[in-house]
Amino acid sequence: MNRESHWLMKPDRGVGIVGYGAYIPRYRLPGREISRIWTNGQGAVPVQEKAVAGIDEDVITMSIEAARNAIACAGIDAEDIRAVWVGSESHPYAVKPSSTIVAESIGASANIQAADWEFACKAGTEAVQASIGIVGSGMARYTLSIGMDTAQGRPGDALEFTAASGGAAFILGPAEESYAVYQGSYSYVTDTPDFWRRSGETYPSHGDRFTGEPAYFAHTISAAKALMDMMGSCAQDYQHAVFHQPNVKFPARAARSLGFTTEQIAAGLLTNEIGNVYSGSCMIGLTAILDRAHPGDRILMVSYGSGAGSDAFDLCVTERIDAKPKDVPSARDYIQRRSEIDYATYVRYRDKLKD
Amino acid sequence: MNVSIIGAGMIPVREHWSKGIRELAAEAAELALADAGIAQVDAMYVGNAYGATFNQQTQLGSLIGSALGMRGIEAFTCEAGDASGGVALRTACLAVESGLLRSALVVGVEKATDIVGPARVGARNISLDADLESVNGVTMTALAALLMRRYMHQNDLTLSDFEGFSINAHSNGAVNPCAMYRNKLRDGTFAKAPMIADPVSLFDCAPDGDGAAAVVLVKSDLAADMVPQPVQICASAVATDQFMLQDRDDPLQFAAIGKSFRDALEQAQLRREDIDLFELHDAYTIMTALALEAMGYCLPGAGWMLASDGGSHISLDGDLPISTFGGLKSRGNPGGAAGIYQAVESALQLRESAGPNQVPGARRALIQNVAGPGSTVVTHILQRQPDEA
Repeated sequence: MNRESHWLMKPDRGVGIVGYGAYIPRYRLPGREISRIWTNGQGAVPVQEKAVAGIDEDVITMSIEAARNAIACAGIDAEDIRAVWVGSESHPYAVKPSSTIVAESIGASANIQAADWEFACKAGTEAVQASIGIVGSGMARYTLSIGMDTAQGRPGDALEFTAASGGAAFILGPAEESYAVYQGSYSYVTDTPDFWRRSGETYPSHGDRFTGEPAYFAHTISAAKALMDMMGSCAQDYQHAVFHQPNVKFPARAARSLGFTTEQIAAGLLTNEIGNVYSGSCMIGLTAILDRAHPGDRILMVSYGSGAGSDAFDLCVTERIDAKPKDVPSARDYIQRRSEIDYATYVRYRDKLKD
Repeated sequence: MNVSIIGAGMIPVREHWSKGIRELAAEAAELALADAGIAQVDAMYVGNAYGATFNQQTQLGSLIGSALGMRGIEAFTCEAGDASGGVALRTACLAVESGLLRSALVVGVEKATDIVGPARVGARNISLDADLESVNGVTMTALAALLMRRYMHQNDLTLSDFEGFSINAHSNGAVNPCAMYRNKLRDGTFAKAPMIADPVSLFDCAPDGDGAAAVVLVKSDLAADMVPQPVQICASAVATDQFMLQDRDDPLQFAAIGKSFRDALEQAQLRREDIDLFELHDAYTIMTALALEAMGYCLPGAGWMLASDGGSHISLDGDLPISTFGGLKSRGNPGGAAGIYQAVESALQLRESAGPNQVPGARRALIQNVAGPGSTVVTHILQRQPDEA
C-alpha cells in the first residue's frame, strides 16, 4: 500500500465552513510605546500595534464572543452543535476546560464533545482538522472549532511587541451548507523545540533565531508544498493565501518562497494591525479573507505551532458566500473599534505586576 | 620552521542548527584528511574556546577523536579565548617540528548556536576578567567601543572613517561560499547601522557563527613527497599582554600584536614588505586599525587611513590585502575556530586555489589570531613551500 496516499486528509463526505466569527479586544498597544519603555525608542518595531484584552477578558470570554458571531453567521441553532473545541495556549485554567464554559454560555446542549486543545499557535487549526474528521465521518452535523489567545510575552522580551489577544471561531458542517469547502488538508510535525512554556511558568521561552529557519519556515513551507503537491496545485491556482503570522516579515517571506504575490496574502495579513494572536492568527486571517471572497475563489491556509508543526488546508469558496448575513461584526469591524492604551495601562490590564 | 600544511578543509560558517559540535568538527577534519590523502595522524589538537559554556562540553579531543574513529589517538583541546585556533596550530607546529610526532591534525571548532540571546553574551565573557570585567557587565564589544571612542577622539574621526574595513570584508565574503553574510555593504550605510555598543554598530562587529576548519601538518621534507602543493609554516609566535586594558600604559597600543609580529618576522627572516596578504582578527574595525598600527604598517593613529580611498590598499589586488575571504566580519566569527579558518584560507591563497578570492601571485601570508583586546596574540607566517625544502 502506498503510504503517501494517506497523507492527504480528505473525508468521504464533503465538509466546509458553515459559519465563522472573529473577535479582537478593543485595546491597542502601539509598538512605539513598548519601544519607548524598553529601548528608549531606538529599537525596531516588528508590528505597528497589538490588540490587548481588557481587564475583564480572557480566552473563555473572547471565545464566547467569536462563537456567537460564528453561530449568527451560520444561522443555526446552538443546540445542533455536536462538539465545542477550544484551541489556545492561554487557557485560563491549567485544570478545568474552557470548552465547557464556552459551550454552556452559547447555549449548546450537554450531549456534546467538549475539549481544550493545545499545540502552541496551531491548537485552533488542530481542532478544525478534528472537526473535518468528525463531520466528514457523519458522527456530527455541526462542530465548533475555536482558536483564541491572550498571548503572553515577558516584559522587555522581543515577543512582547507582538504577543496579542484575539482569535476566531469556525462552525464546520456539510459541504452543501458551506460558504467554503475543504478540498484537502495535511499536517507536518517534528520535535523542534523553538518556543515553549513549562508548567507553572508565566512566560514562554524561545530559541531566538532558531524560531526562524528550522522552525517556522521549515514547517510552514514543508506543509504548504506537500499539500499543493498532493492537490496538484501551484501558487497561481489560489486567489488568497494565509499563513501563521507571528510578525509581518515571516508570512511575507514564506509566501514569497512558495510563489505567492503580495496581493494574494494581503486580505488575510492582519498582524501589523493586531499583532500575533497565536492560536487565532491564521484563523482570524481566514475570516478576513472570507469577508472579501467570491464564489469559486481558492484559498490556501497554513498554520504554524511551535514545538513544532503546520496544518495546511485547501479551501474553495461556494456560491453561498454571497448570501452571508451582513450584520455580523467582522475582523475589520473589530480592527476599527480601537482604543489606544499606554504601557502602564497594559501592565494593569494584563497583570504584569507580580508580588 | 620545518613544518608544512598538506591538507586543509573548512565548512561554511552558518547557524548550523541541526549539527552538534562533534559533527561540525568531524566534517572539517574529514575534508582536511581527504585533501591530504591520508587517513591517520599521530595526534589531533582542537582549537575551541567556548565548549564549556556554549555546549556544556569539554574533553573535545576524545569526543572528536571518537567521532572520527581515531581510537587511541593523542588528542586534546588548546584554549586561549578567541585565539584558541591559533594556539592549537602553534601546539601542532611545536609537536611536529620537535620530531616527536610525524603528523598532526588541527581542528578548530565552535558551536555557538547551542545557546542563544543574552545567555550567549555571558557565555562568551568567560574569556574576559571574571573578577573585574565580566562581573561589571563588560563585554568584548563594550571594550571595542571604549577603544574606538578613544581612538576617534584622539584622531578626530567619524564613524564613516572606518567603513572601508567592513566594505572590503563583505566585498570579499560575497564571493566566498563559506561566508556567513555574503551581502555587500553599500557606501554610506556603515555609519547608519543600528548601534550595538556606541560607536560599535551592527556593520562594525563580526557575527557569531558555528563553524569548523582543519589542517594536517607534517615535516616539510615529507610534505614535498606527499602532496603537489604543500604550504610551509615558516613562523609561529605567541605573545600576551596585560590581560585588562585598564592595566596598560596606552590602551591604543597593542603591544602583544607588535611583539608576536616581530618575533614571527625574525623567525622567518622576512621583512614586513615580504608579506603578500593578511588574515587579521577583524572582529571589530578598531581591532583591524590598531593591529595594522602595532605591526608598523602605518604610524599610530593612522590605521584607519588604510581603509580609505575606497579600500584600494586592502582589496584583493591592493598592496595590503586583508580579510581575503571576508574575514571574521563577513565569513563570520566561529570563536575558537577562527584561527584555523585563517590557516585554511591562506593555504588556498598560496596554492592559488582561492577562486574569486585569489590574491594574484600570493607567495606569503600572515595570519593573526587575537583573544580579548589583544591579550593573547598568535601570529603565523605561511609560504609556498620552496622546492628545496
